[in-house]
Amino acid sequence: MARIGRYLAVIPAYNESETVVGVIRSLRRHAPSFDVLVVDDGSTDDTGPLAEQAGACVLRLPYNVGIGGAVQSGFTFALDNGYERMVQVDADGQHMPEEIAVLADVMDRDPAVDLVCGSRFLSDNGYPAPISRRTGIHIFAFLLSKIVGQPVSDPTSGFRLYNRRGIALFARDYPHDYPEVEAVLMVHFHRLTMREVPVRMLERGGGESSIGGSGKSAYYMIKTLLAIFVGLARRRPVVEPGDDAPVRTGYGF
Amino acid sequence: MEPRIQIVSVVASGLLLLGVLELVRQRRLLERYAILWLFSALVLMGVAISSQVLETIAELVGIIYPPNALFLVAFGFVMLLLLHFSIAVSRLADQSKVLAQRLALLEERQGRAEATLDESPTAPLEQTVR
Repeated sequence: MARIGRYLAVIPAYNESETVVGVIRSLRRHAPSFDVLVVDDGSTDDTGPLAEQAGACVLRLPYNVGIGGAVQSGFTFALDNGYERMVQVDADGQHMPEEIAVLADVMDRDPAVDLVCGSRFLSDNGYPAPISRRTGIHIFAFLLSKIVGQPVSDPTSGFRLYNRRGIALFARDYPHDYPEVEAVLMVHFHRLTMREVPVRMLERGGGESSIGGSGKSAYYMIKTLLAIFVGLARRRPVVEPGDDAPVRTGYGF
Repeated sequence: MEPRIQIVSVVASGLLLLGVLELVRQRRLLERYAILWLFSALVLMGVAISSQVLETIAELVGIIYPPNALFLVAFGFVMLLLLHFSIAVSRLADQSKVLAQRLALLEERQGRAEATLDESPTAPLEQTVR
């Protein structure tokens, strides 16, 4: 696929062969100004070849590195190839490409905005999520709103549009597992500007969520809470150019 | 339980807790690997503070001197942590093997592409790579 555009849509995909082609087609129809990059996160099915056939550019990771690492390779790709904006879209068909225009509109109107996040909870649309998951999301939303001093309603949403500054920040440093909540915190600490807009989200078309069963959910909650509170104690929460590496080998150990 | 043992074990587990948190703060330990450490430190501290829990554990497994049960609990966590690391190391070994293989394949492919390019510099790159 020709890489000529200024905008990039990144689809992180792990074993999403059922839905990824539909998402790519829908993107090309509803957001034709976006080049499409699928990051195949070590899928064991034919997600990668199907995406390539559907006309997407595909980065094939040699093994599963998790959602954070997969999305970060999208940021790096966007940075290296000079894209001005990058939108992240889930491969499961949850996010609707026709709503990318809604996100982009916020950025068009206010050039100071670095990140636009699609939120399920800003409009009363009856998002079909189990109560346990919604409770978890609302706990994070409450904590983050207090910390960043602006209302955050859907910090786990992966439907996000970034400008060049956002791309550069996250290409340098992006959380490992379950990155969305921490990313909101990083945006705040780095004095970037974030906005939320109401979007509709559909139920998953197939495959399995990165936030799987109850054991994983518990790990997700604990890991994210730990990251939030330890993040607060860091003098400089985000690595700046010239700093030490994001994960250090340390001295003498 | 004798207060000296209790003080030592509470202080030791407290130091472990703070040390792990500090390592996470300095970004030298990933949250993924910190969680089991934090859990171990918290449980050890809880057991050290409440001598009643320790006595119950001691009685359950037939330990006459309750503070020895502290060693049992700590040993259990050490085993758990070691197993956790063995699993992590196995995964890393597997991943670095895959990386090495992919790199070798890539080098071979690049070498072939360069060789064909030298032979016929006018041929479009598209065909030579395929």
